[in-house]
Amino acid sequence: MPQTLAEKIISAHAGRAVTANEIAIVRVDGAMATDATAPLAIRAFREMGGVQLWEAARHDAKRFALVIDHAAPAPNERVANLHKLMREFARETGCVLYDIGEGICHQLMMEHGHAGAGDIFTGADSHTPTLGALGAFAIGVGSTDLAGIMLTGRTWLKVPPSIRIELSGALPAGVTAKDLVLELVRQVGADGANYQSVEFAGEAVEAMTLASRTVLANMVAEMGAKAGMVEASGHPLRADPGAVYAKRIAYDVSRLRPMISLPHAPGNVQPIEAVAGRKIHYAFIGSCTNARLEDLQAAARVLRGQRVAPGVRLVIAPASKRVFNDALRDGTIETLSEAGATFITSGCGPCVGSHLGVPGDGEVVISSTNRNFKGRMGNPNAEIYLASPAVVAAAAVAGEIIDPAHLAGKPGSGGAGERLPPAPSIPAPLR
Amino acid sequence: MTHETMKSLLGNAHTYAVDDIDTDRIIPGKYTKTLELGELARHVLEDLDPGFAARVQPGDLLVAGANFGCGSSREQAPLALKAAGVACVVARSFARIFYRNAINIGLPVVEAPGHVIETGQRVRVDLEAGTVMNDSTGQTFAATKMPDVMARILSEGGLVNYLVKYGNYQ
Repeated sequence: MPQTLAEKIISAHAGRAVTANEIAIVRVDGAMATDATAPLAIRAFREMGGVQLWEAARHDAKRFALVIDHAAPAPNERVANLHKLMREFARETGCVLYDIGEGICHQLMMEHGHAGAGDIFTGADSHTPTLGALGAFAIGVGSTDLAGIMLTGRTWLKVPPSIRIELSGALPAGVTAKDLVLELVRQVGADGANYQSVEFAGEAVEAMTLASRTVLANMVAEMGAKAGMVEASGHPLRADPGAVYAKRIAYDVSRLRPMISLPHAPGNVQPIEAVAGRKIHYAFIGSCTNARLEDLQAAARVLRGQRVAPGVRLVIAPASKRVFNDALRDGTIETLSEAGATFITSGCGPCVGSHLGVPGDGEVVISSTNRNFKGRMGNPNAEIYLASPAVVAAAAVAGEIIDPAHLAGKPGSGGAGERLPPAPSIPAPLR
Repeated sequence: MTHETMKSLLGNAHTYAVDDIDTDRIIPGKYTKTLELGELARHVLEDLDPGFAARVQPGDLLVAGANFGCGSSREQAPLALKAAGVACVVARSFARIFYRNAINIGLPVVEAPGHVIETGQRVRVDLEAGTVMNDSTGQTFAATKMPDVMARILSEGGLVNYLVKYGNYQ
């Protein structure tokens, strides 16, 4: 019987052919938890009688990783002690530990090869589907489910029905995978893919870098999906012709414009013109969605020779230390820093409201992240708009929401007070 | 022996008749980095209804619209509700990770797509029969059946007890 990507991968891990809506018990290839979820998982693992990780993980340390990224470095003694607990657990079990500053969990799993095409990967973080860009069936689980996996190397799954999204055409200049995925979240809805797996395919996906494909897989979480997978060159997995889908979406990306998600729901998406001119206080570039090298470069192209508007702060958290170092080497960091950006530790802090950049009451935030729920960044009295890194950078310069294409001739127009002198010239060319 | 979570539940409803109540509104991310359940309970639903944590009584039921618990994978969301005394969540539908997390920690959750329940009404949930009864109005609503493996996990009081008993997934 023809199979979807999810059916194929789950069948290979269940030892029998499965179809959508069946319950399957599967072998898990890899797993990870963060400082937001690992402490509860470790406690549940101990309560289950767990001492050592499941057998395959004992022989291959990379199968289980702990990542300290959600509140790193520790903002207070309570979190410091949770981090200490994770470091001790890693020493005791021999699992991989990525300590503060190494980066955001999903980025690290990709950079260090913790998952690959055809794998089942479980992460105690809802954006785990990010790894679907590599062709992995990667799902977010809670701490106790993860503890069960740490103990047994297995879990149970309902085989998800799949949504096939065929993306044709070529993205116009200045329009990115983020604009596209925001539009798709709008079309599908916040629970439109609940319990389902999303497959992305088509010429527009073929043309994307891995980093851009990652943005698509990452934000299936905002459609409620269990997993999101990219079917494209770079890995061999293909769905069978004739596979049965719950829904098929065909979308031509060639007329897409920069999009923006309005408070307080990721699916509340409009073309950017709808809110152009809205004054902003705080611009953030970071998160597992948009803080990779190409994202920082896109921001630098906008900010080169410009200054962040008076009254606006721009905070940047690169996705990982590797991304930071690459951006350091090619001059991107210098461009951004000269323009007035503040760099913080690679991690999740501002996106999840842990620390390192909480907005004030009544402030308007524009962010390259994935969620704008009320209170998401730590203050329920702030408004969060979600957009691409280029749109965030343009807003930081203009002091208001603006299409980056309209920025020329309008730098600093929205800021209060005096304009700062222009930044010194930036010698290092961008790659 | 069937664990107490599979018994019929009777309690007062706290209804939030809106869809997409996300995990940040159930327990804001700034409070999740803790293993102290009392701390979670103090801030439960804080950004949705600041008075809820003080008002909720042990055995009360939380009632909501569709896609309850969307957003993050934080198990602190069902833990905060359970620690605050909520005996069961009835919603038109649930986001998948929240639903699994709730069952895994032994918090009964019931999907009743057609429920009509208002705050203060008495609600009886029969998990085995799969029904939700509004005792105040006499109406009965069908609940979606959960997969057998989930019902077994809930009947043991959660995944920890289940794996202690069986050692692996059955």
